[in-house]
Parts: sequence; structure tokens; C-alpha cells
Amino acid sequence: MSTGQSRFHVPAPPFRPGDEPDFSSVLDLPKAGEAKRPDPLVKGWDTQELALGLVGVLDHNHQAVGEWNPKLSPEVLREGLSHMVLTRIYDERMLKLQRQGKMSFYMKSTGEEAVAVAGAMALRKDDMVFPSYRQQGVLFARGRNIVDMMCHCISNSRDNLKGRQLPVHYTWAEGNFFTISGNLGTQFPQAVGYAMGCAYKGEDTIAASWIGDGTTAEGDFHSALTLASTYRAPVILNVVNNQWAISTWQGIAVGDAPSFAAKGLGYGLASIRVDGMDFLAVHAATQWAAQRARKGGGATLIEMFAYRGDAHSTSDDPTKYRPKQEYAAWPLGDPIERLKQHLIGLGEWDEDRHAKLEEEMTHLVVRAYKEAESHGTLHDGPLSPTHTIFEDVYETDDWRLRRQRQDLGV
Amino acid sequence: MNMIQALNSAMDVLLDKNPDIVIFGEDTGYFGGVFRTTDGLQKKYGVDRVFDTPINEGAIAAMAIGMSAKGLKPIAEIQFADYIFPAFDQIVSEMSRIRYRSAGQFTTGCVVRAPWGGGIRGGQTHSMSPEAFFTHIPGVKVAIPSNPHDAKGMLIAAAEGNDPVIFFEPKRIYNGPFDGVPDAPLKSWAKHPKGEVPDGHYTVELGKADVTREGSACTVVTYGTLVHVAEAAAEKSSIDAEIIDLRTLTPYDIETIAASVNKTGRVVVAHEAPRTSGFGAELAAQIQEECFYALEAPIYRLTGWDTPYPHAHEWAYFPIQSRFIRALETVTEAV
Repeated sequence: MSTGQSRFHVPAPPFRPGDEPDFSSVLDLPKAGEAKRPDPLVKGWDTQELALGLVGVLDHNHQAVGEWNPKLSPEVLREGLSHMVLTRIYDERMLKLQRQGKMSFYMKSTGEEAVAVAGAMALRKDDMVFPSYRQQGVLFARGRNIVDMMCHCISNSRDNLKGRQLPVHYTWAEGNFFTISGNLGTQFPQAVGYAMGCAYKGEDTIAASWIGDGTTAEGDFHSALTLASTYRAPVILNVVNNQWAISTWQGIAVGDAPSFAAKGLGYGLASIRVDGMDFLAVHAATQWAAQRARKGGGATLIEMFAYRGDAHSTSDDPTKYRPKQEYAAWPLGDPIERLKQHLIGLGEWDEDRHAKLEEEMTHLVVRAYKEAESHGTLHDGPLSPTHTIFEDVYETDDWRLRRQRQDLGV
Repeated sequence: MNMIQALNSAMDVLLDKNPDIVIFGEDTGYFGGVFRTTDGLQKKYGVDRVFDTPINEGAIAAMAIGMSAKGLKPIAEIQFADYIFPAFDQIVSEMSRIRYRSAGQFTTGCVVRAPWGGGIRGGQTHSMSPEAFFTHIPGVKVAIPSNPHDAKGMLIAAAEGNDPVIFFEPKRIYNGPFDGVPDAPLKSWAKHPKGEVPDGHYTVELGKADVTREGSACTVVTYGTLVHVAEAAAEKSSIDAEIIDLRTLTPYDIETIAASVNKTGRVVVAHEAPRTSGFGAELAAQIQEECFYALEAPIYRLTGWDTPYPHAHEWAYFPIQSRFIRALETVTEAV
């Protein structure tokens, strides 16, 4: 608002520790079912309403409504629920193990399970994904072996990355899951390059990438959108707006723009804001964007409107910068609870089955950890043989690496 | 061929042989590059194989990485080495490490070409020699040819390898060798033996230095434009210098260097880049370790100054022939 004079402006979140979070006064979100579903080959510029609105399918009664309803079978919905429950239980277990000192570091994805699981389920398994560090749900949806995931996190002798990477920096080429980097946003334009490669080879595979709201401020966000637009690359660029970049509120990144999705419009990209806590909406939007990409319509920017339900990482204490009860007050609820209630409403699920599922998944995770631990732990070993630190720097080791290995005596 | 034609020929050979080769950069497509290195290639191979990019070096490097992951073999061009820094994060944090961090599940066998070096009145942002930033990165190779024959063979070798290669091209000698006398008339590659370039496929292996002049009085270890300045200085001064054209900086050819230094006992390492933490420091340190008992004089570092590259006073900055002669005299006179 103009005050007749330029004033230095620094955005601040609506609530800080001690405040009673009430989003009804700050978020004016469209209702589920309101958004129109255009043809996937619509011109990018003609998606303004989607970029400024919110694609939602599950309403407040947990019913699927509107044009975006993907009409998934109960089997698919139950599969999605199962992957999400597993993701959450896995996360909780890994957090505990980190607290027990069995792992150096961990990052949960609480609240964002639908973003990863529904996103992955709406893609084909031969589509390449370029995730950030908070889409572990993609791995579950693609059937990654849990023991292998844990072996990576505890850097033991079976870690497929030979102990070279921090926990949660998964890589799984067989599952078309690109190697996760600690450097934020770098994967976004890489995904576009990969997608250009798909188009170059005349294949109908596509690429999808995820970054967070904070990372949109990186230059690589601009690079990716520019490349995607210029070369009409078959790629899905997801911005997971979970409201928080460590301690920084999303307003620090989005500025005065009406949404992160709106930023895609200026590049001429199809741009959609989606209820990221709504499994059906995430699935539908991803499927729409995938169809657009495969049919030559080019890239889509999807803002997954979500909430980071837990700490940024095991090294973070969110009570220092946001109210404790903020997630409980989040108006879009919890993705697992919402899909669960939807299935119950359909008569395809019940509390007993849900409790049994949770029990099964807990058992699976506990058993997997026992097996993972049998291959060693970071602290007690066995790790990958020490000489492997010199391998894979280049295709073939040169004299420098050979001598350094001799120096270390391994 | 001159070096531009040789590089163009290398890319022609590569495009013809391997459908996974793609070439891109700013102005590299229709126009054929601001230095003409990609002239005619788009017309011959089509816009999907040789194309123009937006002006965004980070995006160019990222695109090369993503395409490599899909199994293509990108040759990306950065218009000037001075403008490679926006791509630095993608090169340091990604391109160089993807093989390592994925334990070999993903690789980035691509080439990043960039015109490099001074001597062309390029001022601060068209003259830089940023190789030392890149030799400090495990996982990328750095190559700098000094003549058309090597330029072609090395570029083909770089593109056919499976590791990322930063390929710097000394633009001062694109059209002819330079003997380090600022106002001397231009020479052409036509009369230089390394200006003879086979039309077809051949490679010059990376990691191998070339002894371009045999001698016994001292060893000069250098690369790029200064190879020719060193040769001219040796002739002019009658100091019987042995000149090593390093060609590949990482991994550098320690065997060739050590054999020469153990023979001569005296060393000049020379580059255009600033002195402090320049690649010469690595060479001097390694030679000292390797050949300590053979050294008869302190290792002499002939380099650019620790200043940004100046415009008007270019020839006070550049290691010109007279400075090279002084370096040879100093190192051979020293006890």
C-alpha cells in the first residue's frame, strides 16, 4: 500500500510463536471443485485462472467433486493411502533412529506425502524424476526396497552410494530417480535438459522435478522456466509451497506475486496451483500435465500448496519461529486423513483396516531396519571399503588418485 | 586449417559419427558462433543437433547435465571463459560430482567449450584464464590445446570420453600462432606444422603432454598461447629450453614433466592467469616434491599479475616474449 513515500519492506509471516494461528483471516482459498479443467493442450497463457486459483477435488466432506476428479478406482486410492502411510511411518521411525544416534541426519516429509506419492503415481515408471530431498514418497510409490533406503541413510556396507552422501540424498537409477543434490534448485533446469533429451530421441517419456517455495528464489528456477518455455520441453516443474524454507516464511520468496504458480505465466507456461494436501487433486493435475507434455504441449508449472508439518530437518527447531499448533490450524488439513476419510465415505475403507495398515507398515519398517542394521551402521560399521572414496571421481582413476590412495594406505 | 576450422572439423566429425552428439550455446546455431567455430553445422545437421540457447550460462550447463543423464553427448559452448561463472555452481556442485555421488549410476560425459585467454585487447571480461578454478574441482578434466592439430584431436577425445571436460580454447591463436611480441604482424597456421589437420577422425589422448621443443638448459611447463611465446623466447635468447605443452591440466602429465626436470634441473612454469593460487602453484609444488634432488634453481613462476586483466596496459600484464626471455635467463643463471 502506498504511503506516499518509498519504505524498505520486509515481508513477515502472519503468525509467530505465541500467536494463535487462524488462517481464515489470511488465506482466501477457492473451494474444491470450482476450478475448470481445460484441455491439456491449452495455451500456457490461458491458464491464469488455474495459476491464481486452487485445483481441489476433495471437499470439506471428503467427497470428490468437480471437473478435476480423476475418478481413480478404490484399489488405486488404497494403494496411494498405503504409500502415504508408509512414508509417514518410515519418516517417524527414521527420526527416532536419528535421535538415538543411529544416523547423522534426517528430513521428514510430514504433510507432503500426497505431493510425492500422488505425483509419482500419476507418472509412468519410465519417466525420470528429479526430486528435492523431501519427496521420499516417490520412492515408496515406485517400489524402492525399504532396506536399501535405510542402508543409504545409515551409510553402511550396503549403501548404494557407498557412504558418500548425507542421509536422504537417495539415488536410484533403476527406478528412474535422479541423484539428489544438496545444492538447492540445481535439478530444476537439469530436468528440463533431460526432457529435451526425451523429445530429441522421439520418446514419449517425460521428466518431472520438485523444488520448494524457498528455492524458487534461486537463479536455477528462472533458468528452468526459461529453458522449458523456449524448447517446449516435456517436463513437469513442481514447486512444493509448504509455506516454510527452514525459518523463512514463503512470503520472503513469493514477494507480492499472487502465487508461485503465477510466476509460470510470465514465461508462457501452463501454470496451476493445486491443493497439495489433496491426493486426488495432485494426481489429477500431474496426470493433466503429463498428458500435455507427452502430446507436445510443453511444460507445466505446478504449485503444490501444502504445509511443512514438521521441522525442516533433525537440525531444526520450528518452535523458535512459528506457532506449535500451526499445522493443526492449517485449513487444508492433512493428506492422509483426507484420503482416509474419502475412502471411508466411499465404503472402501474403515478405521479397523486403517489401524491394521498402520500396524503392518510399522512392522515392515521395524523389520527392515533390523535387516538394514545387519549390514552395518555409520558408527559401528561395516562401511563401504575405505578405498572406495577414490572411485567414481572419474571413469578411470588417474595417477593423482592412485597415489593418494597409496598415501592413505587403503 | 586454423584452430577455428580444426574445432569446426572436430564437431563435424563427431556429429557425423554419433547421433547422440548435440551442440548448443549462445549464437552457436544459425549464426555459427561469434568465432565461427560452429559455422555451417546447423545447416548440415539440423536445428535439433546444433542450436541456439537463451543467454544463461547456468542453464546451458544444466541442460548439458540433464541431456547427459538421458544418454546424449552434449558439447556446450560458453561464449567467453570470462562468462563461465554463472555456470560455476552447475559445474562444481553437479557436473563434476554426479558420477561420484551416485556411485556411477549417473554420469555426465559432456564437454563445455569456452574461448579463453588474453592478448586480444579484450579487457577484463574477454581475456580471463580461469582454469585454476576448474583444476581445483575433482571430477572434471581441464584441457587447453595450443594448435589446430591438437585442438581437433583433443576435442574429439573429450567428447568421446565419459567424464566432463572443460575445454578452453586460446582465442589469441585461433587464427595463427603468437610469439609474444605485441605489435608483430599476424602469422598464419598455414606454415606451422601443427596447422596440418587430417580431415577425418583422430584423437589426441587427454592427460598426455607434448614436448614441443627439446632442450637441456631448463624446462618450461606451459599451455595455450604461451607455448608459442616460450618457443620464440627460446629461439631469440639462445637458451636451450625444453618446452612442455601440458595440453591437459587435470589430470596433468607428471611423468613427462618429471623426466624433463630431472634432465634439466631448472624450471619455468608459465601461464597468463594471475599468480596467486594459479595452476603454476600446483605445478611448482608437485615438481618440487617430485624432483627436489634434481633442482638446481628455484622454480620460476612466470604469470599474469594479481590484478584483474587490464585493457590499456594489456602488454604490461601479459607474459610477453621479453618477460619470457628474462624468465629463461633468470632460471638458467641462478645457482
